[in-house]
Amino acid sequence: MPDEDRKRAAHRALVDRLLNGDGEASAQDRARAFHNNGLTPPLDALIAKVADSPTQVTASDLAAAKTSGRTEDQVFELVVCAAVGKSTRLYEAGLTALAEAMLKEGPGHAT
Amino acid sequence: MRLEILNHGYGPGTKLLFALIRLFSRHPVPDAAKLVFYRPDFYGTRAKEFTHEAMRGPSAWSVGDRELMAAHVSKVNGTAFCIGAHTATASQAYQNPSKVAAVLDDLETASVPETLRATLRMLGTLTREGTVGVEDMREVLAAGVTPEQVEDALAVCAAFNTTDRLADAFGFELLSAEGYAAGAKYLLKRGYR
Repeated sequence: MPDEDRKRAAHRALVDRLLNGDGEASAQDRARAFHNNGLTPPLDALIAKVADSPTQVTASDLAAAKTSGRTEDQVFELVVCAAVGKSTRLYEAGLTALAEAMLKEGPGHAT
Repeated sequence: MRLEILNHGYGPGTKLLFALIRLFSRHPVPDAAKLVFYRPDFYGTRAKEFTHEAMRGPSAWSVGDRELMAAHVSKVNGTAFCIGAHTATASQAYQNPSKVAAVLDDLETASVPETLRATLRMLGTLTREGTVGVEDMREVLAAGVTPEQVEDALAVCAAFNTTDRLADAFGFELLSAEGYAAGAKYLLKRGYR
């Protein structure tokens, strides 16, 4: 397997496990956290912060998520999904820009 | 950490391992290490595999370059734990703390190859803005960075945008300078697996 494929494959394996494997949180909620879309309060605020302003997350945000009836394991899973979801979008945005830049430069550039 | 399960939710074997790490390293087990031992089938096992591939797998970038990328991404995110950890690791890898400090202080004036500067600039834009334009990427390629190097750098960026978020969300405890140095030594010897 080429080196780049090994990195991409390892990343895909992580994403696949989070979204399609067993979990304490439902697969639907894990997908919502991953995509930062569709969760209800107060979880939606926590997940949005993890995705877009993680330094603003407070202990109160996690406590609020737990008082909404979620277990710590469910909160753990949803935070992990949100973090990996955001970084996956960044990874894909970078790879897409690279592919488009190479297309515009034409074959043979910088090789 | 902010979830009790991440402080105390480990089985006897893992607790023994943590005790041995504390005994031999003479430092607390970093929260970054604890996290990947919590229910490793859910996150830790595959996260370690991806991070190890990105940071230690085959690449035209040196280990020092990739640790500097991790520190730079963490600086853009403002994640104190990871800035400390990867500043220390890049400094040890390069055996040049001044170089690492100069890049993190001002990328544009630091004395580094243009290929590395252009790549770090692009990773900063991607991390800060959430996207990167075709023109940004063309500038990186024009600086002489190969497409394979760009892909490798993007993998590092993905790994540390995840870790930074988890460090901030779960509230990783900061280490002493000696603690970061000990962690850096371990990461350079053993990698991320």
